Amino acid sequence: MTDTGGTPDPNRKAANPRYISSAPFDPQSVEALTPEQERYYLASQWKLMWWKLTRHKVALIAGAFLLAQYLVVLIAEMVAPYNMSERHTDHIYAPPQAVRVFHDGKFVGPFVYGLKYNLNQETLRREYTVDTTKVHRIRFFCSGDKYEFWGLIPMSFHLVCPDKGGTFFLLGTDRMGRDMFSRITVGARISLTIGFFGVLISFILGIVIGGLAGYYGGWVDNIVQRIIEVMRSFPVLPLWMALSAALPVTWSPLLVYFGITLILGLLDWTGLARAVRSKLFSLREEDFATAAQLMGAKPARIIGRHLLPSFMSHLIASATLSIPAMILGETALSFLGLGLRPPITSWGVLLSEAQNINAVALYPWLMLPVVPVVLTVLAFNFLGDGLRDAADPYK
Amino acid sequence: MFRYLIHRLLIMIPTLIAISFIVFVVIELPPGDFLTTQIEELREIGEAADLRKIEELRKEYGLDQPFMVRYVGWAIGFLQGDLGYSFEYEQPVSAVVGDRLWLTFIVSFTTIVFTWIVAFPIGVYSATHQYSWGDHGLTFIGFLGLATPNFLLALVMVYFANVWFGTEIGGLMDDRFLGKPWSWAKLMSVLEHLWIPVVVIGTSGTAAMIRRLRANLLDELQKQYVVTGRAKGLPPFKLLVKYPLRMSLNPFIADIGDLLPQVISGAVIVSVVLNLPTTGKMLYEALLSQDMYLAGSFLMFLAMLTVLGVLLSDFALAALDPRIRLSGKATK
Repeated sequence: MTDTGGTPDPNRKAANPRYISSAPFDPQSVEALTPEQERYYLASQWKLMWWKLTRHKVALIAGAFLLAQYLVVLIAEMVAPYNMSERHTDHIYAPPQAVRVFHDGKFVGPFVYGLKYNLNQETLRREYTVDTTKVHRIRFFCSGDKYEFWGLIPMSFHLVCPDKGGTFFLLGTDRMGRDMFSRITVGARISLTIGFFGVLISFILGIVIGGLAGYYGGWVDNIVQRIIEVMRSFPVLPLWMALSAALPVTWSPLLVYFGITLILGLLDWTGLARAVRSKLFSLREEDFATAAQLMGAKPARIIGRHLLPSFMSHLIASATLSIPAMILGETALSFLGLGLRPPITSWGVLLSEAQNINAVALYPWLMLPVVPVVLTVLAFNFLGDGLRDAADPYK
Repeated sequence: MFRYLIHRLLIMIPTLIAISFIVFVVIELPPGDFLTTQIEELREIGEAADLRKIEELRKEYGLDQPFMVRYVGWAIGFLQGDLGYSFEYEQPVSAVVGDRLWLTFIVSFTTIVFTWIVAFPIGVYSATHQYSWGDHGLTFIGFLGLATPNFLLALVMVYFANVWFGTEIGGLMDDRFLGKPWSWAKLMSVLEHLWIPVVVIGTSGTAAMIRRLRANLLDELQKQYVVTGRAKGLPPFKLLVKYPLRMSLNPFIADIGDLLPQVISGAVIVSVVLNLPTTGKMLYEALLSQDMYLAGSFLMFLAMLTVLGVLLSDFALAALDPRIRLSGKATK
């Protein structure tokens, strides 16, 4: 039986047939949050972004792919089956060897067939035929070619090795008989980090310069605006070419690497600086900025501590979107021979070997380094799009 | 409107001066110059006869003078049409350049027209059929176009054009027209060869343009006036063409500022691969051999082409969209 909350008079009850709850009155009941809501309302900005990002499946996959790539970069020499500069003089321009599992209808585990080499006396072309009698089982967690891990520690451990006496050229070999797969794997270290460091440089430049322009306004802003206008009206690639042609030939490959990174970063900050500037223009009028100012904070602290964090996520998203341009830029420069030079190996340096039509016609696997380039650029684009959507609080 | 034009034109002058200064700094950056390298080479062979000529050249072009003097001399010469001397070709730069500038202009212009023609229908289709299979497919192809390095696309296209159509497509015209004055036949030959570089250079710009147009049109299609129009019974096609499409056309002109530097950049590397008689290949060679006046003139021309293109697009935009003029003044 329901108790009708202190109204024992039956006449009155008939006069007022409405249901009246007997539960004690809690003035906060409407404002109380369900655990689900509480979790949402109390989450930090970064957590919210992460939740939004998880809904963007493509961006997640792209992010996972990039993460995997950067992990490979850490242990590139181990992932590569060969030492990337090891020459196999009797396997010059060998085609890719397919990995198989069944031989003669029997399961033998992953293996490759041997290659038979034959110099065609009429066309003077190297011809390789697959020798299906030779089964070379691929070894795992094994010791193979010697290498120096990160150029420092001598090691010979590989995750995958060719069979003893056999070969394992997953993506073929180049004109000196060097394994393409190993070269692509180790080359990833340069190609992937150059975009990263380049963006770091342009990020710092963009924040400092854009921050100054946006915070001070006036003539500082005017000058910065003009500089940005001039920089943006330059076609980038010719300027990159001119700058990298200016790098002294006597520089060591490592210095050239840093030089190219600097060049890529130096010309890219304009977009970020513009974004920072326009954001700061509106943010510096906010109450919290005035409060900080009144409490005697210095401009650097106000910008760095109070203003920037409120749109940092947005900045990171747009920085992600400018990495692909740098990777493509490095590839183009190295392809032209103006960027990195051997013995440093990047995807662009590898592609410069595929420069002539012969490569396309006879040795198409020399163009394979373009596959990781395209995949990485796509992944950065998707991830950047996802991050941008996630960082947008109004979506 | 007139005041805006004048204002915009005046702003261009300091921009161009700044650009010329940057160009000069960049070409001066490498240690030594073309002549020092040449002198060293001659010394190694043990020849001395040409040394006097080199010394003369050095005097004439003021290579022994301080930096600022040389810059001012170069900039003033540039204004008067004296582009300096190409050490590599041993001719004045203006003689070496030839039709290259025109061809660069033609290639860039055609590429932008190509971008418009291709991006327009695809962008409209993608926006009106959002999240359909066609939209997803086209978006994906667009992303691929953005991600593929265009020099490689050029290589592959040269190969397949050769295999499938049997056309030899290195260069921009048949060999017999090289260095000949312009004629109808030469123009036709150029048009015949033009499509490969245009497609190759235009791909990434087209992809970007499609995305912009799609996003703009989608924003526009969600607005109230579209709903009102639909509620009043306007046929779908008319509803699309009458207002939203016009509103979303702005990027076609506004984006030239972004598109043109990109096209010119792309043209440089593609022309190296395809061996086009445009500025790209010669710029590349000049940079490698430190032929500084030649490289500087090309860099300057490419930058000027960009600045002029952006200027024209700003004018066109101001003529089309009165809001731009107002906002241009308001920020000042």
